[in-house]
Amino acid sequence: MAQNAALLTPPQSRARSFGRLLRQGDQVAHLLTLIFAASVFMVTVLVAYELWIHSAESRARFGLGFLFSRVWDPIAEHFGALPFIYGTLLTSLLALLIAVPLGVGAAIFLSELAPARLSNICTFLVELLAAVPSVIYGLLAIFTLVPLLRQYGEPFLKKSFGFLPIFQGPAYGVGYLAAGLILAVMIFPFIISISREALLAVPREQREAALALGATKWESTWHVVVPHARLGIIGSIFLGLARALGETMAVTMVIGNDPAIRASLLAPGYTIAAVIANEFSEATSDMHLSALVELGLVLFFLTMILNGLAQLMIVATTRKGSGAR
Amino acid sequence: MTRRKILNNVMLALTGVCTVVTVSVLFLILGFLVWNGWRSLDWNFFTKLPLAAGELGGGMANAIAGSAVLILIAVAIGVPIGFIGGIYLAEFGGATSSALVRYTADLLNGVPSIVLGIFAWTVIVVPLHRFSAWAGGFALSLMMIPIGLRSTEQFLRAVPDWLREGSLALGASKTRTILSVVVPAAKQGILTGFILGVARIAGETAPLLFTSLNNQFWPDKLGEPTASLPVMIYTHAISPYEDWHRQAWAAGLVLLALVFVANAAARWILSRGASVQRG
Repeated sequence: MAQNAALLTPPQSRARSFGRLLRQGDQVAHLLTLIFAASVFMVTVLVAYELWIHSAESRARFGLGFLFSRVWDPIAEHFGALPFIYGTLLTSLLALLIAVPLGVGAAIFLSELAPARLSNICTFLVELLAAVPSVIYGLLAIFTLVPLLRQYGEPFLKKSFGFLPIFQGPAYGVGYLAAGLILAVMIFPFIISISREALLAVPREQREAALALGATKWESTWHVVVPHARLGIIGSIFLGLARALGETMAVTMVIGNDPAIRASLLAPGYTIAAVIANEFSEATSDMHLSALVELGLVLFFLTMILNGLAQLMIVATTRKGSGAR
Repeated sequence: MTRRKILNNVMLALTGVCTVVTVSVLFLILGFLVWNGWRSLDWNFFTKLPLAAGELGGGMANAIAGSAVLILIAVAIGVPIGFIGGIYLAEFGGATSSALVRYTADLLNGVPSIVLGIFAWTVIVVPLHRFSAWAGGFALSLMMIPIGLRSTEQFLRAVPDWLREGSLALGASKTRTILSVVVPAAKQGILTGFILGVARIAGETAPLLFTSLNNQFWPDKLGEPTASLPVMIYTHAISPYEDWHRQAWAAGLVLLALVFVANAAARWILSRGASVQRG
């Protein structure tokens, strides 16, 4: 009996305290909010899982060769991702080549030179640029950028730099160059606004010390402020790159949709996101779908890694800056 | 000395040029879109269904309604998860668990929208064997969640601790404090976050291509393929028909106007909130 009583009391008091907690609701609220927050984590894991499962057929058939094969033939059911990986990387690098100098330059101007009011207005305008939907960039590119490139831009490049293999072949207008240009416009808002934050987080004393040593404004900016904000700037570039790799609509509309690997920037090509957008809803065989999902998986991992690194870098700089303040 | 001064002036001028170039791109885009869109916009656009390819006239009324349906589904799924999850991050979460959720939310935010489309396809379209508004709305909600989550957290954290302490000192429970004191104090900011989230998903095309697909008719069932403005812009822009190009421009103008109005509204709410708090 005594044993029974000893066993009985703790659960009763536990039940009572549980009832009190329930009345207060704090633990319940904690649990509830935890479930919702955890669902974000679960969803992200689930995305990876579903992509992995649904690409099983293609992974089993082609293995790692999928990434290195140049043949994409839905009728013969042979699928290789190399033309798409090439196109994705080439257009993204082209975009970075244009967007990084422009973006970092503008960020320096907005953080170091412009009065606060002008800087805020410009940043707001640039952020509006980031809010423009991708499909609208595509619309503008099809009807304005592509004809301009075909008539003036590409003939000019061929005439002036035609000896380079990257500027040879017929001028179609659509192709790697058009996609790279439109991607550049789409990513520089990210580079500008994040680099500007990183530059603004550099403590004022750093600038004053450099100026006091006789440096010009530019020398203090380039040799002191920019290196100090280095990680944040690199982070913004990574973020822009991740954005460019996964960008779909605008690229699909101007890349030319030709699964080939060509050296010339004027030639039509294809990207991972574009082929998924074009073929997914029309794919008939399971193998075709599976190969497209595997392309999605490749894209997922690429952007995950880039974003993961970028976030760490951005957090590191902003924390360092605000700590020093 | 003079060479250093010249370099100084040249480089600083160049950064200014960079800024002018980037900002002028915005005005170029706006200019082209308004110029082409305004000429193309007519009343039919808002009231008529699309006509068969090649026929003149018709509108995109069904796509506007379809986009509204998709956004409503996305809001119904995305707002509760983002909002309540954000409360966890700001008010309840321990350092490690919060950091983990925050980090994954940022990663989810960076996942290309087309990949989220594939995910929605695998979990909704494949089991149900059909394209549907549900799948499209679900794909969009996945983009909405991280935006809402992070902005809710950010604005809740900005609420000063003495407000919480005051409420707790009066004997209110933590939950009561959050619901009656902390959230109301941050409500403008939280609302702003969700408006920006809606503005972001309103223009998303890629995740809808193989989830909600497209439709020539009004959206009457959520289990059916559903038209949306962004997908319409895409299909019309790449079509060979003059009149469809005209309508794509009109749709582009309407969509961009919606997105910019949402952005401006978000800013306005935030600035009004700030002045109320100061006063």
